[in-house]
Amino acid sequence: MMYQIKDLHLSLPDMTRKPLLGPAPRIEILKGLTFDVPKGAVLGIVGGSGSGKSTLGRAMLRLLEPTAGEVVFDGQTITHLSENALRPLRRRFQMIFQDPMSSLNPRRRVGGIIAGPLHLHGFDGVPGRVAEALDMVGLPRHFSRRYPHELSGGQRQRVGIARAIALQPDFILADEIVSGLDVSSQAQVLNLLGELVRDLGLTLAFISHDLSVIRRLCNRVVVLHQGVIVEEAETARLFDAPKARYTQELLQAIPLPDPFQKWL
Amino acid sequence: MKSFLSIRNLSVRLKNGSPILRSVSLDVAAGQVHGLVGESGAGKSMIGKAVLGTLPRALSVSGGEIWLDGTDLMSLPPAERRRRIGATAALIPQDPLTALNPSKRIGPQITRRLVDILGWSKQDAQDRALELLGEVHIPDPARVMRNYPHELSGGMRQRILIASAFAAEPRLIIADEPTTALDVTVQKQILRLIADMQTRHGTALLFVTHDLGVVSKVCDTLSVLYAGKVVEEARMHRFFMRPIHPYSAALLAATPTYTDPTGSLTPVSQEVIDGVEAEVAQHDARRAR
Repeated sequence: MMYQIKDLHLSLPDMTRKPLLGPAPRIEILKGLTFDVPKGAVLGIVGGSGSGKSTLGRAMLRLLEPTAGEVVFDGQTITHLSENALRPLRRRFQMIFQDPMSSLNPRRRVGGIIAGPLHLHGFDGVPGRVAEALDMVGLPRHFSRRYPHELSGGQRQRVGIARAIALQPDFILADEIVSGLDVSSQAQVLNLLGELVRDLGLTLAFISHDLSVIRRLCNRVVVLHQGVIVEEAETARLFDAPKARYTQELLQAIPLPDPFQKWL
Repeated sequence: MKSFLSIRNLSVRLKNGSPILRSVSLDVAAGQVHGLVGESGAGKSMIGKAVLGTLPRALSVSGGEIWLDGTDLMSLPPAERRRRIGATAALIPQDPLTALNPSKRIGPQITRRLVDILGWSKQDAQDRALELLGEVHIPDPARVMRNYPHELSGGMRQRILIASAFAAEPRLIIADEPTTALDVTVQKQILRLIADMQTRHGTALLFVTHDLGVVSKVCDTLSVLYAGKVVEEARMHRFFMRPIHPYSAALLAATPTYTDPTGSLTPVSQEVIDGVEAEVAQHDARRAR
């Protein structure tokens, strides 16, 4: 198993209700989640806004510390590991962010952005690895001289992917990485991710609110609603026979580009 | 059918001369919904902004006509043009959080336009706002009128903007990606609401979106834009059954649908892009002559 999540709870201070003096009350975001991510799986995490899908992703990568429960990464419990103990593991689980404009440093060139984490984790032959990563995401090598603002949205997202795969991770978390893209770039990025997962033997968790995208990419799906898993299933089963009422609602709410679908 | 909004060869340019809209023509009849689709940067929002006279400072209309209810807006002096637009048209914006003033209560934000621009009495405006908030299914409208925007959810805020847009009985509404910021389940409620209101009030609706799924649900007709040029204008059913322009067909093929898991997603091919770019260049060359 790449990941085993057991009864995961996470609460955060609710700053909107913080009294002037004293601590803010806590809101429970994740309310006891249990699921596994097998090696080589492409897991879709789907849910509405505020359902806790990004928080779950961040807890899995230990960008947030769970309040209770357990996160086991490749056999090792990382729930409450210190940052020092986590550091060597961090190379192995990487993240691609939703908004490439804010997750790529505008003052660094693409080459520097991809090289940064490589230096941090003590890789040798960095320039070669940067070039290789650019090849893998289908960007020309001379793009390493460019700044993020010189690229299109789809190209920027490829830089984010290149930065993640350059470290040869075992697991990648992609948080809403195509929701800001046009359909054509979206198709390109999805096809690319599919190929990379196959070729590099990656395990991928793909957070999205878009079930159509999930269906194309993922082989398992977890449906979150208000911090609880309402359904977990293989993709085909989920779409053919959704069991949870919330999953059915989500599916029925998607407008298909088909003038004959009864919808409104 | 007589069109309420008729745009003829509208061109918009940047101050440095580069074209943003290239001779766009389209018609929207009363009670009809016309969709504007295209990728980001295609100029779909700019059409709405040109009609409302809210183009960014760096842009200006360089040619063409915008006929609103039988009058060419471009031929009117600016003050008269603004008065007419204010009295007949309204906008449902994309982001309900930036469109509402965070430091003002909801009530005055809806009534202000009625009082200041249309000269209603405060009481009439207040009554009308309450009635509209009820119409857009907001529970306890009197309380919501006293709320601040941050106290409401995204769906509620978008309902308020819809109520606000319909407040002065406009005959044209421009909806600029009104559901992009919302969850799919909320999107469905909001689209149903816009469609209901539009039908009930007989409003002409110009609907800007990048989501072809949404277009197939709310629009009667649509224009597909590429680089500020209309590449295809169609009735909705015909468009989805038989898209004529290769770029339209490519956009449809790139759109994922959960009902079709097997077909691979096809990005718009270079060949199609080259083709449509050539059309744009041809258009520019014709204009330059």
